[in-house]
Amino acid sequence: MTLRSNLTVAAVLAAALVAPAFAADQTKVADYKLPNGLELVVIPDHRAPVVTHMIWYKVGAADEVAGHSGLAHFLEHLMFKGTAKHPAGEFSQVVAHMGGQENAFTTSDYTGYFQRVPSRDLATVMAFEADRMTGLQLTDDVVLPEREVILEEQNQRIGNNPRARLSEQIEAALYLNSPYGRPVIGWRHEMEQLTRDDAIGFYRRFYGPNDAVVVIAGDVAPDAALKLAQDTYGKVAPRTSIPPRLRPREPKPIAARSLTLADPRVEIPIVQRDYLVPSFHTAKPGQSEALEVLAHILGAGSTSRLYRALVMDQKVAIAIGAWYESSALDDSKFGIYGSPKDGITLPQLETSIDGVIADVAAKGITAEELDRTKTRLIADAVYAHDNQASMARWYGSALTTGATVDDVTHWPDRIRKVTAEEVQDAARQWLQKKRSVTGYLIKDTSPQAERRS
Amino acid sequence: MRRHLMSLALGAMICFALAPAAGAVTIEKIVSPSGIAAWLVRENATPLVALNYAFHGGSSQDEADKAGTANLAADLLDEGAGDLDSSTFHQRLENHAIEMSFQVGRDYLHGSLRTLNDHRDEAFGLLGMALTKPRFDADAVERVRGQMLAVLRRETTNPNNLASRSWWRTAFPHHPYGRDAQGSLETVPLIGAADLRDYVRRAFARNELTVSIVGDIDPKTAGELIDRAFAGLPAKNDLKPIPAATPQGIGRRIVINLDVPQAVVTFGGNGIERNDPDFMAAYIVNHILGGGSFSSRLYREVREKRGLAYGVSDSLVWFRRAAVVLGGTATRADRTADALDIIEKETKRMADNGPTAAELAAAKSYLKGAYALSLDSSSKIAAQLTQIQLDNLGSDYIERRDKLIDSVTIGDAKRVAKRLYGGGMLVTVAGKPKGLASTGTPD
Repeated sequence: MTLRSNLTVAAVLAAALVAPAFAADQTKVADYKLPNGLELVVIPDHRAPVVTHMIWYKVGAADEVAGHSGLAHFLEHLMFKGTAKHPAGEFSQVVAHMGGQENAFTTSDYTGYFQRVPSRDLATVMAFEADRMTGLQLTDDVVLPEREVILEEQNQRIGNNPRARLSEQIEAALYLNSPYGRPVIGWRHEMEQLTRDDAIGFYRRFYGPNDAVVVIAGDVAPDAALKLAQDTYGKVAPRTSIPPRLRPREPKPIAARSLTLADPRVEIPIVQRDYLVPSFHTAKPGQSEALEVLAHILGAGSTSRLYRALVMDQKVAIAIGAWYESSALDDSKFGIYGSPKDGITLPQLETSIDGVIADVAAKGITAEELDRTKTRLIADAVYAHDNQASMARWYGSALTTGATVDDVTHWPDRIRKVTAEEVQDAARQWLQKKRSVTGYLIKDTSPQAERRS
Repeated sequence: MRRHLMSLALGAMICFALAPAAGAVTIEKIVSPSGIAAWLVRENATPLVALNYAFHGGSSQDEADKAGTANLAADLLDEGAGDLDSSTFHQRLENHAIEMSFQVGRDYLHGSLRTLNDHRDEAFGLLGMALTKPRFDADAVERVRGQMLAVLRRETTNPNNLASRSWWRTAFPHHPYGRDAQGSLETVPLIGAADLRDYVRRAFARNELTVSIVGDIDPKTAGELIDRAFAGLPAKNDLKPIPAATPQGIGRRIVINLDVPQAVVTFGGNGIERNDPDFMAAYIVNHILGGGSFSSRLYREVREKRGLAYGVSDSLVWFRRAAVVLGGTATRADRTADALDIIEKETKRMADNGPTAAELAAAKSYLKGAYALSLDSSSKIAAQLTQIQLDNLGSDYIERRDKLIDSVTIGDAKRVAKRLYGGGMLVTVAGKPKGLASTGTPD
């Protein structure tokens, strides 16, 4: 759970709009669509002779069939196992030979693969990536050991980490109908049953040019990148099997929910509350931006409302924070978490948190808070412009969750327009307990504690 | 796992493959009006300035019974300075979107500052206050101490922390390097405001100060800003000497019982000093055995072929007075012994036979190419410049590096592999590894 980065990611969607203030024409973001449906975004940055090349597929854990949780992520691992043209390991060896970096990632909404290489090698990695868009070949020899790897990854990320187990339980309770309630890594008992056929079936259904966004940031001219894309990805036929992205949606939330996870390893208790709120994609104009400002004022750093009230003044918490995730295709989350000081119970801390929220809902925020937050969010966009890989990630995550290049470039304008009233309204409208799940993480002191994960 | 290893080596390890784009970085050596030397890289594409600096004297300056002093002091530098209390100081930073941070490693206190051009006078002025007039107000000290104790308590049941702390404690008994920079639940409560002031007085000075600055700025303005931050410091530090040390406990295996589904393993042995003529050969050989890429021997054998772990890697870690090679993995309890067996076999095979010529060529190609890649922000370039200065590599290091790599022969690689991995390892495991018990005698 990287709370700060959630905020930052949202914040820096702005970067491109800031660019015109200090960048010349050739640094403008270019956006193309190939005849086979593939979208190409080029973010020129000529400071160093390197490029970040990413392909984002509009498919994630929320697109899995129930009972096969973890499949989107498992396929992400298996995408490194070779094609008819290039046997397992060849792509990675070629990238290593260039001195390049590569990796991949999966969320509920998208699956991404990237290479960072010298710009002269861009054509090569695009050819390899276009090849594995439809050419993947899998045998049990590589599938079965990799299933062990994802089970170890689940242990490392979740099983060994009580805090992550709490978040997993809260999400499962928050989403009554949306597949966002499933962990991206999967439930262990289902992960253990995933097969080669499951993976290939998922791949053939979802991976194709008409489902993909290629983002290239770095030392390349937009028209040159377009030519390379036409020569590689442009030759791949569209997949006709890709279904529209219509997932089950959440009903209107009517009941506050709460849960307690007891784990013998817990030394510092935690309270975490997640609210069901609109994402940028599901929000009405302005709502998502108001939520971003609200999350920052409530819980970003030591000048925030929650920190000042609960850590500095009332001295009931040792740590506290809030975050909002704007990038999601369906309804998203607004989160608050805290750890109590010794001698303070979780219900006491929760009451104090509720007091701060009620205060913002009743009395609103100050002009000074609003100004400071806007300054900070817009500055984050400038800072982001200093890093080509971050830029590529922000565009990619926006474009695979229902936003457009235009939405990204105009983000700072929209943040500037947020008013104090809108922030107060956001607190009133969305931070209602009936929209939320509150989770307690406590130490399990029973002699026969459940210790399996 | 990589993050875990990085944090073990805070301040001492430089991820060597990550460096500013060769040819894209021009280092200017500048001297401020008050006489402080710095390296400057002009980078005009974004309207910001990134500063990175280091003082000698990190956590190894702590008294054993007050371990965590330097770290607590660093955490309190932005909690009130001069006539600004904690809230006002933070508000000034936040109002101008200034990022200021401090990190304590075993040998150094590292600091970084990032600001938009519009606010750079304010940013460097606030930094000057933090470094020369920290307040250490009682309420701030108690608040931050409470936060630190909470972190330490959480770590008492975290297998990553347990395995790594045990490794360091065993490898460097009775030496400051054996202690964690954060201190412990026993020592942090004993640290008083006087100890914090004493650390600042002894460590923060203009001698042995390393400064790097990157951004949209000319040398004259850079010098003036550097003086705003550092000119008010005393001329000379007052550090106690740290004795040289080599890791102990080689050949031992220590199992720490903890009820978690996955056992966490830390392994390592004696390393190689940064100024050793064989360093580059060692760096290449280690990349082949367990460096971060998807093609290392450990990655292939432990993860790719057998699915025993999500991650496995090892790195060279060096300090001013010691050097180690240190690795880690995390694996299910019933296969921990298998994973460890493979790691030991692969390490021994590398010691006995060294890498193949093809592996050496591939590693060289990777390490040279990666150099142009990874310093992808002004802050990272500034941090790298500081590390090159601390390691005394010279401002022409970036141009010399390819040649240093190319000059490593297969004979060098084999000889250094034996030297690096021939001595055996100290292994610590936290979890419930099936069939594995502690072995070897405590020193």
